[in-house]
Amino acid sequence: MFKRSEQDKRPPVQIFVDGVAVAAREGDTVSAALLASSCDARRSTAVSGAPRLPYCMMGVCFDCLVTIDGVGNRQGCLVPVAEGMQIEIQKGKREIGK
Amino acid sequence: MTVAPKREDYDVVVIGAGPAGLAAAATSAEAGLSTLLLDENIGPGGQVFRAIASTPVTERNQLGEDYWVGADLVESLRASNAEVIHRATVWSLDRNLDIAVSIGGASAFVKAKRVILATGALERPFPIPGWTLPGVMTAGAAQTMLKSSALVPDGRTVIAGQGPLLWLLAAQILRLGGRIDRILDTTERGNYFAALPHAFAFLTSPYFAKGLSMMREVKAKVQVVSGVTELAASGDGQLASVSYVAGGKRETIAADLLLLHQGVVPNVNLAMSAGVEHRWDELQLCWSPVLDASGNSSVTGIAIAGDGAGIGGANAAVVRGRIAARAAVEALAPPAAAKLKPMATLRAELAKAERGRVFLDTLFRPAPQFRIPSGDTIVCRCEEVTAKDVLDSVAIGATGPNQLKAYRRTGMGPCQGRLCGLTVTELMAQARGKTPQEIGYYRLRAPVKPITLAELAAVPKSEADIKAVVRG
Repeated sequence: MFKRSEQDKRPPVQIFVDGVAVAAREGDTVSAALLASSCDARRSTAVSGAPRLPYCMMGVCFDCLVTIDGVGNRQGCLVPVAEGMQIEIQKGKREIGK
Repeated sequence: MTVAPKREDYDVVVIGAGPAGLAAAATSAEAGLSTLLLDENIGPGGQVFRAIASTPVTERNQLGEDYWVGADLVESLRASNAEVIHRATVWSLDRNLDIAVSIGGASAFVKAKRVILATGALERPFPIPGWTLPGVMTAGAAQTMLKSSALVPDGRTVIAGQGPLLWLLAAQILRLGGRIDRILDTTERGNYFAALPHAFAFLTSPYFAKGLSMMREVKAKVQVVSGVTELAASGDGQLASVSYVAGGKRETIAADLLLLHQGVVPNVNLAMSAGVEHRWDELQLCWSPVLDASGNSSVTGIAIAGDGAGIGGANAAVVRGRIAARAAVEALAPPAAAKLKPMATLRAELAKAERGRVFLDTLFRPAPQFRIPSGDTIVCRCEEVTAKDVLDSVAIGATGPNQLKAYRRTGMGPCQGRLCGLTVTELMAQARGKTPQEIGYYRLRAPVKPITLAELAAVPKSEADIKAVVRG
């Protein structure tokens, strides 16, 4: 859906999405890295299970919710990627203990 | 990395590091007031100057000269003594000017003598059929990715809506080598006539020449369909096509990405939760705080600057930030105000920056069918409530947005009404034959962003706090 401009010379950062290595760039938010990758990053809603992708990318819509390093319901658009970060696409509501 | 505020008390706490917040914090600190700037994002800039200190877009002309103005604001702030904390989400502000802020999963509490809210704007809801499908995003979302990560659309892309941002985004996407297949302009034909009496101010404002050249640049490369009166997205679990009606003719085009935009509206949540009085603005079709000429709200000590005070754009936001900060300095340390630009000068700058705004507001006033949906179109994205659900609730007695919560949970999801509030107000007003002002808005309360119970439970408490709730 999105591609990176060639002028982007930021250093690479490796993250893992549901265990699969994904190349991101330093300064990407988790949501931007997911949308730039070829992963199916669609979460599913807590109410009906409908698939969603980020809508606003500015902290408003909560359609970017993901599990980051074991913590659920994080707004992926507000969290910068870090080397080795473990992302899980969140299906439905946050699980107890996550 | 967690950085808590260094002190418990500040003269001025500014919330939001967009144009208004950057200018306000720098001005206040420059005058010697202890100043804390709290911002939810990774770096300074807010939305308009997003990623100004870190953007990978190095070819400056691609983002446009107006963007780089933000770098000067950041430099002035850094040269001042203001304390700045990013990734800090303010979740509570009350009438005593007590502030609760979540930083790195832990909450801190600070008290201010004056608070300047610079929480800016957010995209106006654009509730069309299919707007929750993956692949439908706001134009602002695409611009955020473009500025902060140099990402541009490369699938079949449609941009739909109206307003200056839409053309700016289109130009930026094209300059960075991205793809746009079609632009669907939803500006109502009648708006051109309505805006005409205000045209002179606009023609003599800096926006005119810039806007015109940007539209020319885009129209040379992309097919633009104007007079779009209906719009819908469809697909099975993913956007597949966009259909629209223009000039009475329906057309459907395949699409991977649909970017929606029909202007921005003040982000009112924090101000409303603090008890700041707001009124319905019939021209901008949104809630705006009631403010005096210095940005002071109905709550003593809380001022609002920037687009959160009513949409005025980045230039106006900077000046409003300086006005609010100067007013704070005049109140807290009058002699220090002599160092700052005189109020009369600032007010003249504001008048200049606001020139042409009424024209833009009138021309780009979104059409009723794009604000007030019907049938199965989702109104509340979080709780997945449709327009029909809302109307059914009105039919059995729901009188306003707050009663509707009990019927349908609208506005009770994590976004706390940010993407359904205006729609619910207008939809209920129309159904009940009342004005939006009469229908009102959700009663907002802290926490204005969700925090975990664990974070709340970890808040330091006194012996008396514990005694108040422990049995026996």
